Amino acid sequence: MNHPEKAAVFLEDKENAKWHDETLWFVRDKRDVVSKSIPEWEELRETASQIKDNVLSNLDEYLVEFERNALANGIKVHWAKDAEEHNKIVLNILQQNDCKAIVKSKSILTEECHLNQYLEKNGVDVVDTDLGERIVQFLNQPPSHIVLPAIHLKKAQVSDIFHDKLNTEKGNHDPSYLTNAARLHLREKFLAAKVALTGVNFGVAETGEFVVCTNEGNADMGVHLADVHVACMGIEKIIPKREHLGVFLRLLARSATGQSVTNYNSHFRSPAKGKEIHIVLLDNGRTEQLGREKFKNSLKCIRCGACMNTCPIYRRSGGYSYGSVVPGPIGSILSPGIDLKKHSSLPFASTLCGSCSDVCPVKINIHEQLYEWRQEITKAQTSINAKSLAMKFANGIFSVPFAYKLGGSMMRGALKLLPHSITYSNLNTWGKERDLPEVPKESFKDWYKKNKL
Amino acid sequence: MNPSREYILNKIRALRQEVVEAPIIPEFEVAEDLVSTFKISSAANKGEVIDREAFVALLESGQYPRIYSTAKGFESYTNITVPQDPHEFSDLSLAVVEGQFGVAENGAIWLDEENLEFRILPFITEHLVILLDKKKLVGNMHQAYAKIGNTKSGFGLFTAGPSKTADIEQSLVIGAHGAKSLKIVMI
Amino acid sequence: MHQNKNIALFLPCYVDQFYPNVGIATIQLLEKLGCKVSFPMDQTCCGQPMANAGYERDTVGTAKHFIKTFKDFDYIVAPSGSCVLHVKEHSPSIQGFETEQAAMHHKIFELTEFLVDVLRVGPIKGSYPHKVGFHSSCHGQRGLRLSASSELNEPPFNKAKQLLEGLEGLEWVELDRKDECCGFGGTFAVTEEALSIQMGKDRLADHQKNNVEILAGGDMSCLMHMQGISSRNNNGVKFKHIAEILNEVIR
Repeated sequence: MNHPEKAAVFLEDKENAKWHDETLWFVRDKRDVVSKSIPEWEELRETASQIKDNVLSNLDEYLVEFERNALANGIKVHWAKDAEEHNKIVLNILQQNDCKAIVKSKSILTEECHLNQYLEKNGVDVVDTDLGERIVQFLNQPPSHIVLPAIHLKKAQVSDIFHDKLNTEKGNHDPSYLTNAARLHLREKFLAAKVALTGVNFGVAETGEFVVCTNEGNADMGVHLADVHVACMGIEKIIPKREHLGVFLRLLARSATGQSVTNYNSHFRSPAKGKEIHIVLLDNGRTEQLGREKFKNSLKCIRCGACMNTCPIYRRSGGYSYGSVVPGPIGSILSPGIDLKKHSSLPFASTLCGSCSDVCPVKINIHEQLYEWRQEITKAQTSINAKSLAMKFANGIFSVPFAYKLGGSMMRGALKLLPHSITYSNLNTWGKERDLPEVPKESFKDWYKKNKL
Repeated sequence: MNPSREYILNKIRALRQEVVEAPIIPEFEVAEDLVSTFKISSAANKGEVIDREAFVALLESGQYPRIYSTAKGFESYTNITVPQDPHEFSDLSLAVVEGQFGVAENGAIWLDEENLEFRILPFITEHLVILLDKKKLVGNMHQAYAKIGNTKSGFGLFTAGPSKTADIEQSLVIGAHGAKSLKIVMI
Repeated sequence: MHQNKNIALFLPCYVDQFYPNVGIATIQLLEKLGCKVSFPMDQTCCGQPMANAGYERDTVGTAKHFIKTFKDFDYIVAPSGSCVLHVKEHSPSIQGFETEQAAMHHKIFELTEFLVDVLRVGPIKGSYPHKVGFHSSCHGQRGLRLSASSELNEPPFNKAKQLLEGLEGLEWVELDRKDECCGFGGTFAVTEEALSIQMGKDRLADHQKNNVEILAGGDMSCLMHMQGISSRNNNGVKFKHIAEILNEVIR
């Protein structure tokens, strides 16, 4: 199913769809309030965006600098050109440490690489320790939101899952009770794990350190108890200097959840005595995206999820409607770069309202890139599929009444200048739940001719 | 040479991008009253600022059976044998550590490895108390990083409150994995 | 000072066909304010529906025609933020007309923008005793910045409100979600029909909850979408383009 089909299914349960919309709007609203308490908010966004411009324009140098400093600090650095290599590197580290079970804090990058499935196939038990991620892991689902992985589930559903998996009281929906059950369950896992895996929020070239931000403290519970810490990092997560962390940490949590800062912002510079830290630097299409002039800004993303919370489409269609690892507006500009055919409906899952670009803490011109992807998709349609989705979308143009109901000379004039590839079809969709405007006795042009010429 | 390393770097180099200069971070105004701003920020994070007397009363209340303190002047409150293996902290009731400085705009406190003894300490403990000198407050995160400068410790942490989650229906729950409470003793 | 300027009225094609009153109101309003306005009869659709559907490259013809039709005017004014934004940002560049095209981007204005920024019309005097909810179209708001966007930390402003707030008896209604998209989105309205309808319903519900009597806006496309849903559900809200309100009150 493509996005419109999945969205329609999501909207069938009206009450749930309304709840989903309101829950995410609540997060967006918190973000609005807290961002407006910072007078320099817009200047900070601009500064962050410019720092990322610098990063992207000098990425090779920064990666080399980061590697040099990290190595000097005693961190082991690995390079992976794609997901497969990334997963092999991680498995290899686990095998060297004779490790059959790991704890993992939230990392969208490992979702992108489908690391869990790979490790499980190779006999490693993976426990996601972020509460939301653990919940969806119990259901064998991916996160539906990059910051709020289980945002699509209600507490009654979580209660049922926990009753099933953790033996909690049936029918006890109290979030505190359920969270405490997860705390006890995961604490056992933390205490038992020899290797802990985390994502990376920022890697600092100047110092070779990296920063991991969480609210629950799960990343730290994992890595400080384990002997080995494996940190998986997209190459675009580099920032030049430590002082730049000040800019990004001011923006990240405020944009993500409306908090002034995440609870735990851990700076890892070198391993504790007797322990190991590994960093895996992953490309997986990022250098490709960097080479696309119109789309490279998407690599500025700091994964705050604000564009999802604000998006009127995401809120009303849910994360799964996108069918991509990163859903929502940012996902819709990242995913076509990875698989154009599979994700060709995503850039059209937008009204181009621009709210995503205005909330983005690093000022990615998301809605403009959605527009640009539409241009690319229609160009590629013969190569991706002759009867592609994109064509269907384009054909939708003339089923909007102002376009198809026109008998006037103006539209005929326009039509002469337009390609014939765009055909009349799907004419009735507009009128399913909307009345058509009444056709007036005379058009403006008729009036003008009569009264003004 | 590592082939993937060369592959990635060469792909970037082949783009022959012109380097865009990094901006200078502007100097932003900060709150005049750092102490009260810090307290407000901390309360928003569900932390609690208390004074020394309240803290001593708390320590002596008997509600924390297993205490470990690395804070200067409060070492004597440690009532456990300090373990070799940090896993043994799993039933710690209270950890007392010293914070290097606090940030008024968001209530974050910088903890450096040297204040912790064990990196796991502020996470694994059931309750956390951080001692903070009220003269050691900065206004915002820019000042905070200026203060950290090029310190070369192996691990540092900005912590801003007790462990929290809102992963179940956006209902805020305190005490996900880490400390269930954070008290900041301002001296 | 604008008496000597040649102003062209640029009308979205659907306004010509379905909402002639909006065109008439725009022209009369501008004339009442002392402008000399004409309507180039050769104008066609600006190409926005095609461009937003991914066929910008196929709008070279319409874009070139647009330049030829409008290049000799001092100002081009349209009662639509969306079409103006398209001309400014998404018209393909036309060889041989680079200068004209660049110049045009500085002389094309959405109506309220033209009234406030060019004509410098202050709050308009008159009476309009109604509760008015204003729908800022996204292209007008976040594209042309006709009003402050709720996402940004910027001082509140709204060009439409500036024009309307002086009217006696008019009550400007603040919405719960002050600037959420209505879900029209051009081709989105049919390709993502389910979402489009839901967004429209939600937007309408916000206006109704706040007892809006007249739902006004600067883009008839959004209003056409919401009006279509409203009329299907018989919910009695009236819809007006801001040009119609202003033309009604100015004698």
